[in-house]
Amino acid sequence: MEHIVLRHRDIPDLHKLDVYIKNGGFEAFKKVVTTMKPEEVIKVVQDSGLRGRGGAGFPTGTKWSFLTKNRPTYYVVCNSDESEPGTFKDREIMEKNPFQLLEGIMIAAYAAKANVAYNYLRGEFWQVAKFQDECIAELRAQGFLGKNLFGTNYSLDVFTHLGAGAYICGEESALLESLEGKLGQPRLKPPFPADKGLYEMPTVVNNTETLTNVPMIITKGAEWYKSIGVPNSAGTKVMCVSGHVNKPGNYEFAFGLTLRQLIYDHCGGVPSGKKVKAVMLSGASSVVLSGSDDILDMALDYDSVAKKGSALGSASIIVMDETVDMSWVLLKTCRFFKHESCGKCTPCREGTYWMLNIMERVGKNQVTKADIDLLNNVASQIQGKCLCPLGEFAVTPMLSGLKIFRADFDSHATDAKAAAKPAPAKAAPKKEAVAG
Amino acid sequence: MLAEKYRSQIESTLAKYPADQKRSAVMQLLYIAQSEYGYVTKEAMQEVADILEIEPTQVASIVGFYSLYYDHKAGEHHIQVCTDLPCALRGADKFAEDLCAKFGVKLGDTTKDGKFTIEGVMCLAACDKAPMFQVQNKEGIKYYENQTVESAAKVMEELGKK
Repeated sequence: MEHIVLRHRDIPDLHKLDVYIKNGGFEAFKKVVTTMKPEEVIKVVQDSGLRGRGGAGFPTGTKWSFLTKNRPTYYVVCNSDESEPGTFKDREIMEKNPFQLLEGIMIAAYAAKANVAYNYLRGEFWQVAKFQDECIAELRAQGFLGKNLFGTNYSLDVFTHLGAGAYICGEESALLESLEGKLGQPRLKPPFPADKGLYEMPTVVNNTETLTNVPMIITKGAEWYKSIGVPNSAGTKVMCVSGHVNKPGNYEFAFGLTLRQLIYDHCGGVPSGKKVKAVMLSGASSVVLSGSDDILDMALDYDSVAKKGSALGSASIIVMDETVDMSWVLLKTCRFFKHESCGKCTPCREGTYWMLNIMERVGKNQVTKADIDLLNNVASQIQGKCLCPLGEFAVTPMLSGLKIFRADFDSHATDAKAAAKPAPAKAAPKKEAVAG
Repeated sequence: MLAEKYRSQIESTLAKYPADQKRSAVMQLLYIAQSEYGYVTKEAMQEVADILEIEPTQVASIVGFYSLYYDHKAGEHHIQVCTDLPCALRGADKFAEDLCAKFGVKLGDTTKDGKFTIEGVMCLAACDKAPMFQVQNKEGIKYYENQTVESAAKVMEELGKK
């Protein structure tokens, strides 16, 4: 299959502007600016079935159509904050196929009637941002950005904005706060960015991969895009595969490939022929799934994954083999979310702290089974009580991990070890009997 | 003074944002300050605040919130090893531990010569190329992927010569 997003894998040197132009680059942008109305562009994207690739999977064209009418200024912001453990697709796009992303941003800007667009990159992407700046400068020099584009009265400029290390800035309202020079803390919604976004103006915020799809959709049409993938999951998805596979990396496939095909046919299987014990499909924030046949044969599209109680999200697939202690995995995710909690909402700030506190004791074999029950309790207290999804993200792997792999946690409990020894003269404590 | 020394850089940064939204430039200006002074000093916060016409406490809150700014002196080069879940599944914890042992420090500490601070950090979006680390110093941030302790030590040796 030909790539749509990772098209640089089919066309050498696509990161060079002349090569990109030779391969049809910026024809889509020219087409929309010179022959289409913004509403028509939105309609095409809506009809294509493109959904947000950052994780939420919200229909892109619909998001654009929500912009409040008749405001003086509109903005488009590309979310290249890519910070979810297990996600590394946006970086490849920006390094290898930068102009297709920029063209996507520019088409979105035209559709949103924005004259300025920003690409917000995580601070660690320092070199990537520098390269993006060079690409943008080339576009200005060649007349693809600037005033009165293609002789019309439409003007546009694009700028990069470098973050400085904060996972929470991937949440769109926190990202906008950060872009305004403030702490990256989520806003209360509503109002949504489509009404009051950057500098209180209607704003579209889309993920890097999402926008990189747009030029091809304009060029080849909504029907073409919709014909790829499966119903309700149109097009392709870049899957970031990490952990215990022989060939980790980014893979772009039409939606509908099974997890087994991905791991065994494309990623070279699990090292040393070990079994898959667990997978997380959307990075550290995902539901922990077992490596059962039922899961491995699941198709990777939004609906099929939802049916198994998980979400495809950004398709950041972390594979873990049979040697992995799942309590160690949860210690890692707890540490991450405790570190990245922005501190705004008490349940998240305090809850992640206490979950980590208990998990660190699990790691040192200094817990009882009652402490592990307490983990469930703390996690449940965070659920549904925070402004943004980070709180939920911290809880999701914990609750699902405890449900499927409780034995991995219990094996660290002092009382579980005592119970596992040869039966002493006295019966096990009552609590044990009840808990069992 | 930053305002004079980096005038053109500051002006081109400010030009990205609406004239009445200077505050948006705070993050970029802090990178400039950090590059100039090695870390964001109290005086630098005041300088940035003056340029942007905001309060120094507002600048200080940004320094405190974002993990790539430092308000105290550390090693000349921050060696930041990703030890998050996907990297750890590919041996990043052991890599970080062995690298520290080679330089005789604990994770988070600075080498005696003041050259390097070795830190364990959260996901750097290079999960398929673990073990990996980034170097943060005056020149910015650079990634080093698919590393071994030997290759990392070599990178550090080169950096140390500068």
